[in-house]
Amino acid sequence: MTMQRREFLKALGAGSIAASALGGCANAMRSGPKVVVVGGGYGGATAAKYLRLWSNGALDVTLVEANPAFVSCPLSNLVLGGSKQLADITVSYDGLTKRGVKVVFATATAIDVERGQIRLSTEQTLPFDRVVLSPGIEFLYDLVPGLNNAAAQAKVLNAWKAGPQTVALRQQLEAMPDGGVFAISIPRAPYRCPPGPYERACQVAWYFKRAKPRSKVLILDGNEDVVSKKGLFMKAWNEDYKGIVEYRPNHVLMDVDVATMTAKFETADDVKANVLNVIPPHGAGTIARQAGVITANNRWCEVDFLSFESIKVPKVYVLGDAIQVAPAMPKSGHMANQHGKVAAAAILNAFAGSAPNPTPVLNNTCYSFITDKNAVHVASVHQYDKEKKTLLAVPGSGGLSPGPTAVEGEFAFAWAKNMWADALT
Amino acid sequence: MRNPLFVATLVVLACATPAAAQSADPNLARNIAASCNGCHGTNGVSQGGIPSLTGQSKADLVKKMQDFKAGRTPATVMPQLAKGYSDEQIDLLAGWFATQKP
Repeated sequence: MTMQRREFLKALGAGSIAASALGGCANAMRSGPKVVVVGGGYGGATAAKYLRLWSNGALDVTLVEANPAFVSCPLSNLVLGGSKQLADITVSYDGLTKRGVKVVFATATAIDVERGQIRLSTEQTLPFDRVVLSPGIEFLYDLVPGLNNAAAQAKVLNAWKAGPQTVALRQQLEAMPDGGVFAISIPRAPYRCPPGPYERACQVAWYFKRAKPRSKVLILDGNEDVVSKKGLFMKAWNEDYKGIVEYRPNHVLMDVDVATMTAKFETADDVKANVLNVIPPHGAGTIARQAGVITANNRWCEVDFLSFESIKVPKVYVLGDAIQVAPAMPKSGHMANQHGKVAAAAILNAFAGSAPNPTPVLNNTCYSFITDKNAVHVASVHQYDKEKKTLLAVPGSGGLSPGPTAVEGEFAFAWAKNMWADALT
Repeated sequence: MRNPLFVATLVVLACATPAAAQSADPNLARNIAASCNGCHGTNGVSQGGIPSLTGQSKADLVKKMQDFKAGRTPATVMPQLAKGYSDEQIDLLAGWFATQKP
């Protein structure tokens, strides 16, 4: 046993006794504290890994994940463009198993915080002392009535969770005749991955320019302006993809007529397309609703930014796209990775009877590909503000690329390789 | 490990002194450094394409970060990120990576 491990166990033991003296935490007394992490995306996988790493293997960590492998949303637009395959952005959960995380492939169906139990789709019940929810997003199809059935959703894809839908949308693009129209509908912010829809427009245009040069890409934005990296994307649409991409703001989607592939908007005219890609309005993933941690706008989960513990339900931590973000904090995979580490540190402190780190710092770097090789970035650093009790972007820090380069494209691929290893091995 | 005095002290500390919440976290350096790990690899050991941070001296890492922060070293992302970290945070993260094994 290493010195570090011995000291950690000492702290854990003391924490458990302290907790039981206060009338709780019986599980921690018997067999070491248990943490269940729900959702193995950028946030949850990172939390599970760092709980094991920073406890030197002393903590009992289970990851509940619905999919057999991790598929990255970042880089998934390159699969639509055709320069990458789904296999290139898929990573096994074996690395976490080697780390000592118990990976269970199932869906969490109910959480009983009082009893410290979580029920799974497999009928299995897992006990926990702390639970981390990194549930991603749930699409609110009831706000788009014409898409509120499985057949319609199979025809008008979202491809906003990387996986089978990414491949299916690529197939629709391949099947589309030259001279056709691809239209993408963007919901009002905040939504998952602010620059993602605009990168998608670039990737589809990159494909059309080579394979179907008479085709069009229509961006139907529910926002009044480009939400992220505006100057960089506008330049690409006006130069690289002139005559292919057309940007239309203020297109708040009201409904879709699937039979005629027509999108209908609050104020703008109807738009017909050969391939219609609707990113529906969304909120925190389903289990967050069941756990009672959705507190903002009936969509997102407010958290204490020192720990990412729910402001409503103690011992439940929420990470990633599901949270009500701090000012200028994007819903991104990079950000979720950072949430996971702050939460892991806070949970370990809690087991040791200490308060969370009062001065967390998080950063974000989001790359977007303009072509198959050239990328741009947006970066930011977020420090905790004691008075405002939130994370704020540091004035004078952060920023954008001056323009797309192959050097940044290489960095973007290296970012992915390192990020996947940081979260999943 | 089961020293009752030690445990009692912790219970008192955890329950009775709000001042404890104000002091620096014992793992502060590790926690700050962890914000770098996403791009530079866990404990600063990169998978390639972005430099590893382990195996460098604290002085070298501090100098590199301060050069980015002051705009003396041109780069894509790092000048923008370095400006978000305080001098104290740069000292702490550099000290952490300098003691990790490559």
